Amino acid sequence: MNRLKAGEVNLGTSIMAVQFDKGVVIGADSRTTTGSYIANRVTDKLTHIHDRIYCCRSGSAADTQAVADNVHYYLQIYTQLNGTPPPVEVAAGMFQKICYENKDALSAGIIVAGWDKEVGPSVYNIPLGGGLFRQPWAIGGSGSTYVYGYCDATYQDGWGRDETVDFVRNTLALAMSRDGSSGGVIRMCVITEDGVERMFVPGNELPKFWEGREVLSGPAKKLVTEGVMPMSVE
Amino acid sequence: MDHFPTNWGRPRNDAFDAYGTHPIHQRPYNGPKDAFADGVQHTQQPIVTGTSVLAIKYKDGIMMAADNLASYGSLARFKDVQRLCPVGQYTVIGAGGDMSDFQYIQHIMEELTIDENSAQDGHELGPVEIHEYMSQVMYARRSKMDPLWNSLIIGGFKDGKRFLSYVDLLGTTYSASTLATGYGSYIAQPLLRKAVEGYEDILTEEDARKVLENSMRVLFYRDARSLNKYQIATITSAGVNISDSLHLETSWSFAEGIRGYGAQTQ
Amino acid sequence: MTSIGTGYDLSASTYSPDGRIFQVEYANKAVENSGTAIGLRVKDGVVLAVEKLVHSKLLVPGANRRIQTIDRHIGLATAGLLADGRSISNRARDEGASIRSTFHEQATVKAISQRLGMFAQAYTLYSSVRPFGISTIIGGVDKNGPSLYIIEPSGVCLGYHGAAVGKGRQLAKTELEKLKLSELSTREAVMEAARIIYLVHDDNKEKEFELEMSWIGSETNNLHVPVPSDLLKEAETKAKDALENFE
Repeated sequence: MNRLKAGEVNLGTSIMAVQFDKGVVIGADSRTTTGSYIANRVTDKLTHIHDRIYCCRSGSAADTQAVADNVHYYLQIYTQLNGTPPPVEVAAGMFQKICYENKDALSAGIIVAGWDKEVGPSVYNIPLGGGLFRQPWAIGGSGSTYVYGYCDATYQDGWGRDETVDFVRNTLALAMSRDGSSGGVIRMCVITEDGVERMFVPGNELPKFWEGREVLSGPAKKLVTEGVMPMSVE
Repeated sequence: MDHFPTNWGRPRNDAFDAYGTHPIHQRPYNGPKDAFADGVQHTQQPIVTGTSVLAIKYKDGIMMAADNLASYGSLARFKDVQRLCPVGQYTVIGAGGDMSDFQYIQHIMEELTIDENSAQDGHELGPVEIHEYMSQVMYARRSKMDPLWNSLIIGGFKDGKRFLSYVDLLGTTYSASTLATGYGSYIAQPLLRKAVEGYEDILTEEDARKVLENSMRVLFYRDARSLNKYQIATITSAGVNISDSLHLETSWSFAEGIRGYGAQTQ
Repeated sequence: MTSIGTGYDLSASTYSPDGRIFQVEYANKAVENSGTAIGLRVKDGVVLAVEKLVHSKLLVPGANRRIQTIDRHIGLATAGLLADGRSISNRARDEGASIRSTFHEQATVKAISQRLGMFAQAYTLYSSVRPFGISTIIGGVDKNGPSLYIIEPSGVCLGYHGAAVGKGRQLAKTELEKLKLSELSTREAVMEAARIIYLVHDDNKEKEFELEMSWIGSETNNLHVPVPSDLLKEAETKAKDALENFE
């Protein structure tokens, strides 16, 4: 089933969020496509929702922006109403509600992550149908399907900030290298109690992995060059 | 004269494009039209899904089992999901099908139990009432052409009586001493019936647990959307208990000596 | 009330020349005629207690409850018109459900109290309605710990350590002020609450009353429930003893 509408701008996307002891690291590639044309090669898919809550957007750019704007608005109201910043769970719950109640109209796969004083760091995944799943790490977008194995094999509980940042950077680079709908630069945010720190990896400085020859080809037989004499023509 | 060779030999409609000016790849189709050829989609489709739920009656009450997997197509996407959900003091709902709809059902049940508790009239919802309520919800939603894409098994124990019943996205309900949804209804149900029918009042908790464990194992062998990590719920006079996640023991070593697919021996 | 009969008391939508809304003040009179209701916010929970005056011996014991459960973690007691109390508790439940559905979290006592305040206030604005003839004590334990609020007929909503409304509120407040509420346990507060209700009950004017009590705290797993009957009996016995020693 094609979930995008005709001509719609698609966040082909590799997105990710990982929690660690003191906060969360979120990251995304920067490619936006219409079909196979790259409409924007430096997109920012890490979207501010509240002081310590961000989301990573995948799916339709228009849909996810509209949803994010909406949640941002309601969280401002929440803050005024309660006099405290919203927990990440509240933000994730609002995303979930919108995505679930409009599942026929939206194509939005969103990861919500952040820090709050109730539970500390947390990551929530809201996939296409509008379910809500809390996870220690979450990946999303078309690129994510290529790196589930890498994440399962690599992730460990109890990492610190720097290990987590490396994990996010490497995972995204691998996803971007295999997924044609992902690419460009890596944008990351580290969200802790103290604040939000932006990080950036330019497209020409992405971590490199195996880049050897993947397709082994050549003549089936070696070309015989020695002892070959031109035929004499009379 | 039709100047487009691809159009030659095809039926022509003189009322439309008499001069054949359309580009080659957008030739008008002049045959009979089927308004329903593309289909009209009214309902959604499940996206993140859970597979089978199993449930049986036994001596002390009801025992249910479901694995911890929520699939995304063939991708095993969430491997730590609980598909057995306690409702009130006497009931467990087990769900297969769309997990976002199941979360919605859990939300409804939360509201329902809070309302019931707020009344403080000494009345508590039992499995019979919850099953009836859910069957009405499921049938109402399918009648709006917007079904909740689940098959549910509702098990409970209240006032010394066991209760076990099924309801699905169409609002279909039935009751039996063994129930299974999804793949389980093909694979596990015969095993459950053989072990349980006629022994409902004899089967001990240990026996029941063995029967369900074995059925979950067979399902893991044969259902490509299943997981070897599952939970068991018991509902007895002592109340609801949902176990921690359990790991299935499986055997594969017999396969080591298998060679080829027929006459091959090495 | 000096200005009675001057015509400014016929509608809640009309001020008197000196800036009062008589209908709201009359609503307070309805509260003052009611049996006392008190609330104690203590170290680890909240206790609500009501002096429920029994108008008729034909009533089934326990009928016409004045303490209601709003959410798992919130309870509410009213003094004033019984039916208004039911109306406001239904509204409170709806507000709780609305908060849970929009914000995906348990409503705080504060949030519900403020919304009830707005609700009550709306009934002071129109000539077509009458203000609520109740004062509401709402208490519970949420993520901010135990909290207790009163909503008055005017719509005013304020937080308290100890709250008393209805007939015996003056004496009850004096007694509450003597307690070190922030050091009391919920179980101790149950005893104190029973004692205060028995103390403020005027044997000469009123004949019978039932003590209705609920609590919420660590002992109840943060669920708002009626005080169990054995504990209620114990509290009543102690209250009666204290009453004899008091005089």
